[in-house]
Amino acid sequence: MRSIYIDDDLEAIRLNVRDFVEREILPNVETWEAERAVPRELLNEMGKLGFFGLRIPEEYGGIGLGHVASLLFAEELGRCTSGGTAITAVVHTDLATPYVTNFGLREQKEHFLPKFASGEMITAIGVTESDAGSDVQAIRTVARPDGDGWVINGSKMFITNGGFADVVFIAAKTNPEVKGSRGISIFAVEKGTEGFSASRAIDKMGWHASDTAELVLADVWVPQTNLIGEENQGFYYIMHNFQNERLAVMGLALGEAQKALELTVAYVKERKAFGKPLWDKQAVRHRLAMRQAEVDAGRELAYKAAWMMDQGMDAVREVSEVKAFVGEVDNRVMYDCVQFHGGMGFAAESIIERMYRDARIASIGGGATEVMLDYAAKRL
Amino acid sequence: MNVVVCVKQIPDPATPYKLEEGTSWLIRPEDQVLDDTDRYGVEMGLQLAQESEGTVTLVSMGPTGNAQGIRQALAMGADRAIMIEDDGLRGSDALTTARVLAAAISSEAFDLVITGTESTDGYSGVVPQMIAELLGAPALTYATKVEVGDGVVTIHRQTAAGYDVVTSSTPAVVSVTAGVVEPRYPTFKGIMDAKKKPIENKTMSDLGVENRLAQEVAKITNAPEREAGRRIEDEGDAHTEIVALLEDRKVI
Ligand SMILES: Cc1cc2nc3c(=O)[nH]c(=O)nc-3n(C[C@H](O)[C@H](O)[C@H](O)COP(=O)(O)OP(=O)(O)OC[C@H]3O[C@@H](n4cnc5c(N)ncnc54)[C@H](O)[C@@H]3O)c2cc1C
Repeated sequence: MRSIYIDDDLEAIRLNVRDFVEREILPNVETWEAERAVPRELLNEMGKLGFFGLRIPEEYGGIGLGHVASLLFAEELGRCTSGGTAITAVVHTDLATPYVTNFGLREQKEHFLPKFASGEMITAIGVTESDAGSDVQAIRTVARPDGDGWVINGSKMFITNGGFADVVFIAAKTNPEVKGSRGISIFAVEKGTEGFSASRAIDKMGWHASDTAELVLADVWVPQTNLIGEENQGFYYIMHNFQNERLAVMGLALGEAQKALELTVAYVKERKAFGKPLWDKQAVRHRLAMRQAEVDAGRELAYKAAWMMDQGMDAVREVSEVKAFVGEVDNRVMYDCVQFHGGMGFAAESIIERMYRDARIASIGGGATEVMLDYAAKRL
Repeated sequence: MNVVVCVKQIPDPATPYKLEEGTSWLIRPEDQVLDDTDRYGVEMGLQLAQESEGTVTLVSMGPTGNAQGIRQALAMGADRAIMIEDDGLRGSDALTTARVLAAAISSEAFDLVITGTESTDGYSGVVPQMIAELLGAPALTYATKVEVGDGVVTIHRQTAAGYDVVTSSTPAVVSVTAGVVEPRYPTFKGIMDAKKKPIENKTMSDLGVENRLAQEVAKITNAPEREAGRRIEDEGDAHTEIVALLEDRKVI
């Protein structure tokens, strides 16, 4: 049965995305994983179908839906069995573009949002640095005023879509004198800007189809109009957008965990050992049933948190719980799914082997489990 | 040109079907989906109507539920829908279905009626021809290609050996195969706009049709399990045996 948080519009969107994933993505993911990239044509097609306008207001070319929609969208993309493919789209829709949608000035919205919605511009978000991940306030990238603009210097690490994005939102210190939380601003840095480059693509355990870049900013000049929203409000913007980001990436995790369970249940019903399908073994059945229960519980909590945010309620505790719980559940699910695939689960030719590797980031990226539990604990 | 497309909502094939005790009728949940084979008919209709700035009207019989499946077709771009729902139609057979659809279609000004070849949950495969007969229009079936000119429609009719070219005057009824055209995905905006499009609900008495039930489901059994494959050892002549097998199954 569908969740009480999902209305007819959302269910129609779910069907549409599921269909697209099954026909256009699933048959191609092996190629994209091997090529270490998703083709731009896929993103163009998603843009044409309105996928990227999910959260962008109607006046700027989107359909202006809320957090529940983001969660559902990510969940469906997560079913594509290639985390790297799914995150490429979700970083654009739910991690990066919200900086303009939520905090951009009117002219910035008019300039960027229609292009973000159509897919003409694909975006990335650059917060993390080699010495500042969980601790955002510790970033060292600096922007200083220069004429009617800013000069940015520093580097960024682990930036998804960083190597090809048309716009990267860069977090930089604009007032190094004060506490980090009060001296950070967000800048839109466009591809091709002088001094701005991707110094390398990071090879990873999973998410092979995703581009993860290290970025270098060497005397990058951007005009004042590229400072998103207000000066020195960046830390607040990041903390605000993290709530949406965490739900979206847990949407991916829920989608991939659900898909892995479906693949595994089908596999153990077919696969015979000792004369009977593995499914006939209670130990196998019970483990999978328990993992399904955890996924179901995580999903309902995630939808509840998204719904609360759509009502304008504070949901930091719920979102942190979701990030901590679902990130771990995803990994437990994949562990058991590999286990019950036996040797095939360890073989690179199986889907589940890839999904196992892809899931590992779920409890780290966008807020590690331990950090999330601290957020939740503070609110108990 | 104005096109009527017959479409059907069916329970999501991804979830197991449930049958009613006693009658063995399919239980239809609130949430149904557009029969996948109907997406081709809708796309064909949209392409033909768009060429000539005509309209696409959907006609569908069965429990409306929340109309999710119909909205999928509206989201693709169809203009409006007529849905016939009536308790008296439960368990109706192919002829009753054709009577109901033909009655609904006959009050529309149409140049072409497009259908799939058979529904995924019923598989009778005779409704399109029956609709044509009841409307007094020519039936062009199993189309893999459709072209419309001034008052004529020409199709490629799929055959075991290839295709026949069949032409008739319009109005006509055309059943299309999967693959006749590549169906479009609805856009998100199309999905949101679909709920503003008119859906007209009709009953048997609106159409003046009765359900003269002429069939009863006697028994339903599981399909036999697929037999294990056969291994052909190659001692130099395996290829002739494989060719013979493929010929036997009319694959080559
Ligand atoms: C594939 C990939 C893609 C990414 N994409 C982006 C992106 O697009 N943009 C972006 O800005 N960043 C991105 N990141 C960065 C990601 O958000 C960080 O890796 C994450 O926030 C963790 O930071 P860190 O790696 O510096 O780990 P650290 O902060 O060094 O933490 C290491 C570990 O220490 C533990 N730990 C940390 N803090 C605490 C604490 N307070 N209490 C207890 N334990 C703690 C946790 O277990 C944590 O995993 C990406 C990372 C990866 C791997």
